[in-house]
Amino acid sequence: MMIPTLLVISFIVFVIIQLPPGDYLETYIAELESQGESVDPDKIAFLRKEYGLDQPFMVQYFTWISGFVSGNFGYSFEYELPVRDVVGDRIWLTVLVSFVTVLFTWAIAFPIGIYSATHQYSWGDYGLSLLGFIGLATPNFLLALIMLYLANIWFGTSIGGLMDPRYLDQPWSWGKFKSVLEHMWIPVVVIGTSGTAGMIRRIRANLLDELEKQYVLTGKAKGLPPGRLLLKYPLRMSMNFFISDIGSLLPSIISGAEVVAIVLSLPTTGPMLLTSLQSQDMYLAGTFLMFLAMLTVIGMLVSDLLLAWLDPRIRLQGEMVQ
Amino acid sequence: MNKEHYVSEAPFDPQSIERMTAGQEQYYMASRRRLIWWKLKRHKLAVWCGAILFMMYGTTLISEWIAPYYYQTRHTGHIYSPPQQLHLFHEGEFMGPFVYGNDTRLNMETLGREYVPNLEKVEKLRFFCSGDSYKFWGIVSSDFHFICPAEGSTMFLLGTDRLGRDLFSRITYGARISLLIGLGGITVSLFLGLLLGGLAGYYGGWVDSVIQRLTEIIRSFPELPLWMALSAILPVTWSPLLIFFGITVILALLDWTGLARSVRSKLLALREEDYCTAARLMGARPGRIIKRHLLPGFASHIIASATLSIPGMILGETALSFLGLGLRPPITSWGVLLNEAQNINVVALYPWLILPVVPVVIIILAFNFFGDGLRDAADPYK
Repeated sequence: MMIPTLLVISFIVFVIIQLPPGDYLETYIAELESQGESVDPDKIAFLRKEYGLDQPFMVQYFTWISGFVSGNFGYSFEYELPVRDVVGDRIWLTVLVSFVTVLFTWAIAFPIGIYSATHQYSWGDYGLSLLGFIGLATPNFLLALIMLYLANIWFGTSIGGLMDPRYLDQPWSWGKFKSVLEHMWIPVVVIGTSGTAGMIRRIRANLLDELEKQYVLTGKAKGLPPGRLLLKYPLRMSMNFFISDIGSLLPSIISGAEVVAIVLSLPTTGPMLLTSLQSQDMYLAGTFLMFLAMLTVIGMLVSDLLLAWLDPRIRLQGEMVQ
Repeated sequence: MNKEHYVSEAPFDPQSIERMTAGQEQYYMASRRRLIWWKLKRHKLAVWCGAILFMMYGTTLISEWIAPYYYQTRHTGHIYSPPQQLHLFHEGEFMGPFVYGNDTRLNMETLGREYVPNLEKVEKLRFFCSGDSYKFWGIVSSDFHFICPAEGSTMFLLGTDRLGRDLFSRITYGARISLLIGLGGITVSLFLGLLLGGLAGYYGGWVDSVIQRLTEIIRSFPELPLWMALSAILPVTWSPLLIFFGITVILALLDWTGLARSVRSKLLALREEDYCTAARLMGARPGRIIKRHLLPGFASHIIASATLSIPGMILGETALSFLGLGLRPPITSWGVLLNEAQNINVVALYPWLILPVVPVVIIILAFNFFGDGLRDAADPYK
């Protein structure tokens, strides 16, 4: 199921990056000529041939996608380097930031959601819900800006970026790793806020539904202590939902991660995606878009697998079909 | 002995036991729309948020009257002027609303301009006055304003930007675009959602599976990067107005999936209801069944979910314009205004420039609460 989805997505991505009128080479030649420089015809011919820019649309698509599968993401016109070299660590840093954000969202949303559901209509419930709503309504990028400002005043550290400047372009080491961890909390908190708010609401609604069911009443009637009752039955039921909810959480986290990365100028995919879109550097932009889509699709696959592992009903049903 | 069977002398009334109270009768006889209204009214928060939304949209009709200045008027002597506070009392004496005039001086250390309120200069506001001239909705020329600064002075309630333009006026004008783009986007996406969801739900079969796959794929894509990519396509040569429509359509293109989904599932569920089967057995045509029996059944749900997806669009426009990929000046929206606050140094020096975020947060919250209330009320028989 995953591969056809990815194929359709890759086609959509390719259509989008192809849509702007003209191709990059035309812009590039015009730019060079306007500066009075001569164009190296060999290079143009090489690029044209490499990407089949003079060939029909479908042929270009197949050239691109077959290269993509074998790890050749194309050539970035602006940097005059293969996309793979331009991208470098960025993709892994994006994965890291997104992963930590998901963990953060869970760690915050889960206890609050449980508290809100078990203390429905209490002051705590109202207060936490309101806080969650404000998190939902404040645009991510502004929260990032405000945090940047506050962190600058309070801590005086350089908050922008994901690591200390001296570790840039350095190979991975323990020091670099620690520096990344130190810098990561701001983007994680900022990106996580809106996702957390939504998640709290959904967990609360879901757990409330479970709490109304009869087996809870039966448990209570038989004298199970409330904590044990909650832990043993309704919570396990809503765990299912909790895992499957990653499907709606991931796209929003990745969206948020992009804008926040632009504001905080993190060395992830965000800022480069923006510039590549603006300069119509199509293969670079296409790689980023494709990669972000892949990240969500794989994330959903993982959540499906987790769900099957957690819930015997789903697992057994799947086996019966086979 | 033959005993006669007892029969009561009182006249027979079949409803004597089941008679309803006046309140119950009103409830059972009320139309669906009335029931929804009653249920919504019980949800206090939703009603308040509805009122706020109504007011906000109301102001966009008369932005020109509310704003004290035209949104492009530059006050070159008042660049980056901080917000001026509104006062009522001067030295313990009631004066009516007024501001203290600012004195400008150059700070020789930072080489920046500083504005200091001068407690001598009491500048009373004028009401229902003539000020900057403008074209009302771009058509009728006028210079009427609800509030103006005192003659020959200035009043910047929320400060000014780098060109000395009044931020309050700009936020008022920006509301028109930001709020309209939500409505415009939802109209397009409602159309798409009804059409595709309706097709999927009514025909079923392979049409359904194709549309279902399509929605799944679009939903699995992170929205914002795709929005960014699509709005980067819009040609630079387009006029700001065309860009506005382009952005509206782009926002809608990724948003219809949720609506299509709920239309489809509602259609599938309602199709199996008894009253639908009854209508079919009585020989009603599909067109009549859809219009007469199905549409009223899910219209309220659709309106509720549409309301809940408007804030996403408003946030989308704000984010795009903030990044410089969305609307372009001279069109002014909240996102365009926030674009000026992109730089951390600007925010540190002139924090009032991030004020446009306040109406954004209010509108998003109001739409969320109102939509929640609507969704609860949409099914009044529960």
